[in-house]
Amino acid sequence: MKQPGAMQPIAATPLAGGSSAKQLKWLLKRVLSGVLVLFVVSLLIFVATQALPSDPAQTILGRQATPQLVAALREQLGLNRPLSVQYLSWLGGLLHGDLGVSLAAKKPVATLIGSRLLNSLALLLFSAIILIPLSIIIGVAMAVWRNTIFDRSLVLGLLSLMALPDFVIGTILLLLFATLVFQVFPAVSLIPPGQTGFSHLYKLVLPVMTGVLITAPYLIRQTRASMIEALDSEYVAQARLRGVDEWRVVWRQALPNALVPMVQGSALMLSYLLGGVVVIEYIYNYPGLGGLLNDAVRFRDLPVLQAVTLIFASGVVVFNMIADLLTILLTPRLRTAEWGQ
Amino acid sequence: MSAPVPQAIEDGRARRLLASWRVRRGLAATAAVVAIAYLGPLLAPHGVSDIVGVPFDVASRQAWFGTDYLGQDVFSRILLGGRSVVWMSVLASLLATVCGAALGIFAAYVGGIVDLAVGWLNDVLLAFPLIVLVILFLSMLGHDPSLIVIVVAIGWLPTATRLSRSVALASIHQEYVAWAELVGMPRYKIVFLEILPNITTPLIVQFGALLTWSIGVIAGLSFLGFGIQPPNADWGLMVNENRSGLMIAPWGTVAPIVMIAMFALAVNSLTDAVSDVLGIGETL
Repeated sequence: MKQPGAMQPIAATPLAGGSSAKQLKWLLKRVLSGVLVLFVVSLLIFVATQALPSDPAQTILGRQATPQLVAALREQLGLNRPLSVQYLSWLGGLLHGDLGVSLAAKKPVATLIGSRLLNSLALLLFSAIILIPLSIIIGVAMAVWRNTIFDRSLVLGLLSLMALPDFVIGTILLLLFATLVFQVFPAVSLIPPGQTGFSHLYKLVLPVMTGVLITAPYLIRQTRASMIEALDSEYVAQARLRGVDEWRVVWRQALPNALVPMVQGSALMLSYLLGGVVVIEYIYNYPGLGGLLNDAVRFRDLPVLQAVTLIFASGVVVFNMIADLLTILLTPRLRTAEWGQ
Repeated sequence: MSAPVPQAIEDGRARRLLASWRVRRGLAATAAVVAIAYLGPLLAPHGVSDIVGVPFDVASRQAWFGTDYLGQDVFSRILLGGRSVVWMSVLASLLATVCGAALGIFAAYVGGIVDLAVGWLNDVLLAFPLIVLVILFLSMLGHDPSLIVIVVAIGWLPTATRLSRSVALASIHQEYVAWAELVGMPRYKIVFLEILPNITTPLIVQFGALLTWSIGVIAGLSFLGFGIQPPNADWGLMVNENRSGLMIAPWGTVAPIVMIAMFALAVNSLTDAVSDVLGIGETL
């Protein structure tokens, strides 16, 4: 999925006045709306897993299960209670930090998630560290040398990269750098138990490269577009007339203005990468949250499935919230001006 | 200022599209992949689960591209394995485009609470990475292909709704809609005769974009093991089945990867060409 409409920055709620009390009020409102979305998200997860016409106990045990076994599991999962009671007890548990007990591993879900969350965060973090500066540099270069052969061939390449499915890009990298052509990086990125991806950087190279390749084209294209707009603007023309040297014009005058939309773009790409993680971790056997989600579906591990999908959704909501906050802080106009709305 | 005007635009549209070599090239590439997917089964030398040799055997006269993880013919399974991803991704994007357009126009036209509610629904759906949302719904319902189509289409709804809502909002304020209301035209007629003809061009381009992404999602689901199930042949599934034998028999992995990539690139280049010719530019 490459969320399309998505490239348009989401309008942040304007700030009025600029006094700290109003900023605090805006912040509270923004956090509240995020919490509200998460609340509805939890409802949706519950409906998808426990309230659909299919019987979860039957699904988990398979068709061969005896009615006694199914009845026992229904009892264990509390599926005989009214749906509202089931939902409230799950939500209550969540609010107390109790994610339930895994059906497959017979361990608390929280302990299963711990190291895997760190592994996925390592993948996300290193991807972001490369993705954002790389996109800025390439996007700026393309805008400065727009319509040259350099720019045009890159545009063509990026467009093709955008069209390729994530797992295709990941598998091509695997073919190129781990198996068929060169064998420089490991094809399997297993991390020993008790350790995390942070201490196995070499195994992260291909997963991170995949993560960057599936997201960078969007961010580069966005940077290029907003840089072109900035370079064509009145104030840049004036700076040039005043004799400011071109290097300074590009990096000091044009770029800061082009950066604001990039904040929303980066948040969007990180959210997108959360989905990419599911595929990337599967390709490289990297033990993160995506792998846990795959296992949870395979073993019909209801509590793990619910917890992991909720974490993914929380990630998206938090990324968007941070992006909105940064947009406000980075835009003097939004920070101080009186807004009539 | 009413129906005849969009009609005239429509006529010129098809001619302008076919006059462009980029559109023709995209069309030819897409048609080639679809032809392989639909005519391939007629030409396949072996059946879908015929064992023709030892697992991961190299190319031979029996099996031109070698054998897969069970000893089945890779070439036959390539010819047999395209149909599922083609019809599923086309149907999912079509469903999303139609439902999204209906919902978006409805929200734009009615406004108020309905508009807010649709916006909220989209916010909640957008809180999930698409693949996670799809996996979540499939986890308890199973791998039925038509179910996958519906769930993927639901995942695209926010995207599809947002576009048609904004285009519809813009056209609602046009003179001809005000004129139609003034004349007392019923609302459903206004939507069908006045608004819809004005948003078909962006909708066509959006359908192409959704199709490109749906190919990735649907082939990706099969790759993850949540889509088409063995012993059926499917390109995405084949990549997963055969990647363990990559070093000895690479065709089992490379061939389906090439087919999926070609399909996605062909649809994408056609969409880009259409959007350039019709002057949509960077709406997506």
